[in-house]
Amino acid sequence: MNSPPFASELNLCLCHSCGLACDMTGHPHQCPRCNAPLHMRKANSLARTWAYMLAALVFYIPANVLPVMNTVMLGSGADSTIIGGVLEFWEHGAWDIALIIFIASIAVPGIKFVAITLLLVTAQRGSQWACRQRSKLYRFVELIGYWSMLDVIVVALVAALVKFQALGDIEPRAGILFFGLVVVCTMLSAMSFDPRLMWENRHSEEVMDEARSH
Amino acid sequence: MKQEATDGRSLPGNPSVKTTSRWSVSLVWIVPIVAVLVGISLVVHDRMQAGPVITINFKTGEGLTANKTEVKYRNVVIGHVSEVELSDDQKSVNATVKLEKQAESFTREDSVFWVVRPRIGAGGVSGIDTLLSGDFIGADIGKADKRTKTFIGKETPPPITYGEPGKRFMLHTQDLGSLDIGSPVYYRKIPVGQVVAYNLAPDGKSVDIEVFIQAPNDAFVTENTRFWNVSGIDVSAGANGFSVKTESLSAMLVGGIAFRAPAFSPGDKVAAEDKGFDLFDDEVTALAPPSGKPQFLVLRFDDPMRGLKVDAPVEFLGVEIGKVVSVNLDYDEKRQRFPVNVGIVIYPQRLGQAHQKMLEVLKHDPNDEEGGARIIGTFIEHGLRAQARSGNLLTGQLYIALDFFPKADKVAFDATERPLRIPTVPGSLEQLQERLQAMVDKFNKMPLDRISNNLDSSLMELNKSLVQFNGKTLPGVNTTLQDMRTTLQSTNSTLAEDSPQRERLRDTIEELTRTSRSLRELTNYLGRHPESLLRGRPKSALPPSLQPSSSD
Repeated sequence: MNSPPFASELNLCLCHSCGLACDMTGHPHQCPRCNAPLHMRKANSLARTWAYMLAALVFYIPANVLPVMNTVMLGSGADSTIIGGVLEFWEHGAWDIALIIFIASIAVPGIKFVAITLLLVTAQRGSQWACRQRSKLYRFVELIGYWSMLDVIVVALVAALVKFQALGDIEPRAGILFFGLVVVCTMLSAMSFDPRLMWENRHSEEVMDEARSH
Repeated sequence: MKQEATDGRSLPGNPSVKTTSRWSVSLVWIVPIVAVLVGISLVVHDRMQAGPVITINFKTGEGLTANKTEVKYRNVVIGHVSEVELSDDQKSVNATVKLEKQAESFTREDSVFWVVRPRIGAGGVSGIDTLLSGDFIGADIGKADKRTKTFIGKETPPPITYGEPGKRFMLHTQDLGSLDIGSPVYYRKIPVGQVVAYNLAPDGKSVDIEVFIQAPNDAFVTENTRFWNVSGIDVSAGANGFSVKTESLSAMLVGGIAFRAPAFSPGDKVAAEDKGFDLFDDEVTALAPPSGKPQFLVLRFDDPMRGLKVDAPVEFLGVEIGKVVSVNLDYDEKRQRFPVNVGIVIYPQRLGQAHQKMLEVLKHDPNDEEGGARIIGTFIEHGLRAQARSGNLLTGQLYIALDFFPKADKVAFDATERPLRIPTVPGSLEQLQERLQAMVDKFNKMPLDRISNNLDSSLMELNKSLVQFNGKTLPGVNTTLQDMRTTLQSTNSTLAEDSPQRERLRDTIEELTRTSRSLRELTNYLGRHPESLLRGRPKSALPPSLQPSSSD
């Protein structure tokens, strides 16, 4: 056996909180060190990931359709959606800002959906295809998760700062709430996913070895 | 084993874990369900909130921006412009407006939409706020039951909006003057309404002005009400001096209309909506009693009528009863002259009581034209003549006076001629001028040159004679005078108090006195004793007979 044994084979379980390798012989429910609940895998990972992902997908629609903020400049008010803002910046020649907003607000959630769906489908089918790349993808999804809140923060900052009564006023609109929910749901979704599921359903060690040797 | 690790539910003898996991499944799936529900509720809400979509046709898209321009009613947003595009014929702009749900009634057929822009108009400055906020579409709700989806946007805001209570009236006038939409309407100098529209009459010969009088003041517009123009300043100079009248500063600048019923208007009723009125030029003509039926007359003057203008007054015995409406030159073939035809219009009703009494006396129906002609014929028989008189010596302006000239030459009057012609007499100033002219002419005809020549030679003769007189005659006269003086001196000395001549003269006179006495005695004696002439005087009787008293 080239590969090291699985934790389950050794009847061990890693505590999620403190990282203690607990002995599971007595089926303890809690980590003896930090009292955190012990699970061999993240509980109900696939279903939760699916649920959060789908919820995020549903919220993604109003987040893009509804205006995210309302700009009142010298009495003339205008609602702006995310995509509308991107197009406006693009038309005014600020392609860099347009690109940033586009990536942060539209591309990143989109990538997340695609990536999580890919991970979920492959994990459910027990596919052994490109496990290493998939786990890299998972880490990438987790990483960019933090940055997805960029839009929300921008709106929150701007809305708080631009308060000049009649001259100019910016107020957040319902869209940003849904956008925040999208980000939260995708992050929850990514957190719920257990990357170990990718490696679990090995039908043959040869496949695994092959993958490893590559 | 692997299976057990993957799925907690398959672990035997661990019901609590099983329960937890089953619950967690259902709980997690609540999240997307909630999300879907929220999404559905949003869609439903949007559908519920969506009002009608209408298209408004404007001449230009100035100030209209898709997704930005708002539609406001009483300054509350009731919709947004969702699209601005050219019309199919490229002559106007179609703005698609998404109205809100509660603005559904703005699809009534007679609803009005206009673009609110900064405007400086008769009623002041409006729409200043749009300078900063950008233009918006103003809306006013209609009353019609019929609904429509397409509207024609107005270029100017309607002056009366939001269903203001009041009444509209139509005024007819010759020209608009300085009135404009928004010009105020005054009742006793209080603004109670404004001009809301004007347009040419269909025949193009007059102007119809629509005014709106706000409630409750619209009740003051009665059947007898007169409207007049109060634009500008009314400066009048009368016997009491100058007077300047203006309704208000605003009326001075942008014009205005005032209305009032005449002080005595019995049986007056509140006027109905849309009633037509005449717009008079000023208060005096507006409140004057009605002129009645006009009568057109023609006058023919032989003299040039310089200074006679259209609108000059026509007076009958000093009362203004009409005005001049035309002054035309005519050509008389027979006399080879250019007489002036003056058309006048008189309003017999302006004669007031005289007219009424005349109607009673003559039993004349005012509508009977023949009768009127006959009356004028009688007047002419009695010497009614028209005369152009100078109203103002400085400007030379003339007016027409109808007056009775009993000594005027008889003129044949044709009662069937239309228009009626009233014979004329030369004006008083003309008469004076003519006489002066005649005098000057006679003066001109005198042989002044010859007269002066003759006079000159005569004067020269005279001069010569005088020189002769001075040189020759005068010294002679001088010596004569001296002689005369010496004569007078001698006379004087002769007549002096102590001169012998005078003394002698006295003696002579005394002598004469004595003589006459003795003569008287003689005559007396002779009267008593005439025989003494023959016998002589008796000697004895002489002394007593000489006493006349004893002889008696």
